Amino acid sequence: MTENVWILGIHMTKFGKHRDKDTIDLASEAVFGALADGGVGIDDIGVLGAGNLLGGPTPFGQNLQKQIGQTGVPVYNVANACATGATALRVAIMAVKAGETDMGLAVGVEKLSGMGLLAGDVATGTEQQWRPQGRFGAVTSLEGRVRTDTMPGVFAQIGMEYASRYDGVDFELFARIAEKNHAHSTLNPLAAYQKRFSLEEIMNDVMIAYPNTRSMCSANCDGAAAAVVVSESKLRTLSPEQRRRAVKVSASVLTSDPWEEGCQVLPDVSTLTRLAADSAYERAGVSPGDLDLVELHDCFATAELVHYDNLSLCEPGGAVDLFESGATWRDGRVPVNVSGGLESKGHPVSATGIANIWEVATQLRGEAGPRQVEGARVGLAHVVGIGQACAVHILEKSAG
Amino acid sequence: MPIVDYLVLDEPPRLVAHECAACQARYFDRRNACAACGGTEFTRVDVERDATLRAFTIVNVAAEGVPVPYVAAIMDCAGTTVPGVVVNTPPDPGHVRLGMKLRLTTFSIGIDASGVDAVSYGFEPVAEGER
Repeated sequence: MTENVWILGIHMTKFGKHRDKDTIDLASEAVFGALADGGVGIDDIGVLGAGNLLGGPTPFGQNLQKQIGQTGVPVYNVANACATGATALRVAIMAVKAGETDMGLAVGVEKLSGMGLLAGDVATGTEQQWRPQGRFGAVTSLEGRVRTDTMPGVFAQIGMEYASRYDGVDFELFARIAEKNHAHSTLNPLAAYQKRFSLEEIMNDVMIAYPNTRSMCSANCDGAAAAVVVSESKLRTLSPEQRRRAVKVSASVLTSDPWEEGCQVLPDVSTLTRLAADSAYERAGVSPGDLDLVELHDCFATAELVHYDNLSLCEPGGAVDLFESGATWRDGRVPVNVSGGLESKGHPVSATGIANIWEVATQLRGEAGPRQVEGARVGLAHVVGIGQACAVHILEKSAG
Repeated sequence: MPIVDYLVLDEPPRLVAHECAACQARYFDRRNACAACGGTEFTRVDVERDATLRAFTIVNVAAEGVPVPYVAAIMDCAGTTVPGVVVNTPPDPGHVRLGMKLRLTTFSIGIDASGVDAVSYGFEPVAEGER
């Protein structure tokens, strides 16, 4: 029987533009915040999971250690697209579960301010000589000629695929999901954008990839998040205040794609999410009806709808009805993305998978201020890294 | 010359998939093994030219130099999932609809210095009565 693991300390930086801070500065801020929050120091940490995709010199984790403390502990630099932060956290959790150490640290950071589309080939003009290359024998970029690799376009298709299977899904419905998340963000001082948008403003915003307008897309921004995890036996030796604020990791699950027809043509974000969620509910002994809040991967408004279904927040095919019932608003039955979600809180890719856990943990501790979900005891955090990786964590409030 | 090696420029043009000899999973790229069952033997099979539109997006913002708008879509070709652009219809949600019937077609993307024409494929609407 492996040990239970708890989150002892956790911190998220303000998401937004940090012109005067580099990747290491932001990661350091998150780490110092998490250590202070947990009441421990860098010397207490026995393993570091480190996530950063676009920050420059590697290895990121060791470069970070040179600013926060070189203690000789093992560092795992991980990369799993948008699930990178959650993967780093899971490495720390696994090390504690395996008994290699009683305390671990995970950090994720990204600087994306001012970056545009993060995928999708640039155009190539007529070549001097057409020459087949690569696994498709392609003579040129396929963007716009065979497919789109732009993320707004990929996730637009994922939402429309759901629309082809179930009634009631249209442009306005997707826009109303973005309206909810932007409304939620007004209560989150750490969100990159805290502006409430009307439905008309969202629908009339710049169309990026139908049906996703600009305000239905996740916001590129800078940010970092870090967490300290501890074994249950070590936690018992800590102070009553540390035990009271600790948050139990009831399930930590990471999946990749099982093969499905078409999954190599359009990313199937559903099957691996459903696998991860089902496994997490079973391991935690929690049912979807027990959840007091959910932070899910709304990289685009079109994605949030699909994940209501994938996380079993509704019956299969029931995502539209769930949203229409108002259940996913902050005062609803199962509030989703009370942080504002990636659409307004922002999406500094490698930080996201720890930042969503910060939101859930903060709510379970009863420390979320004006956006507090009253009486929150159980929460779920979900991320999908395109390619793909899915992480689902279920967290529970301390009984102490 | 076809834009990708799975497009065969016969009359009519067609797409050809690698089909796993063991489990019939289909792929368009060069394979090391079947991702579904691990099999390493593949046969070449023609993909149905008639398609049903399962998902689409109208891309208005793309990387520099890519002409917009364009309709990127996912087709169901008799059970095989195929990526393609929807062409020969206005790129707006009034003309591109989920479930619409389409058929494989081709279009030139340019001639290189030695006079070779590169040809891509897309899917164009067909009237119900034509099927």
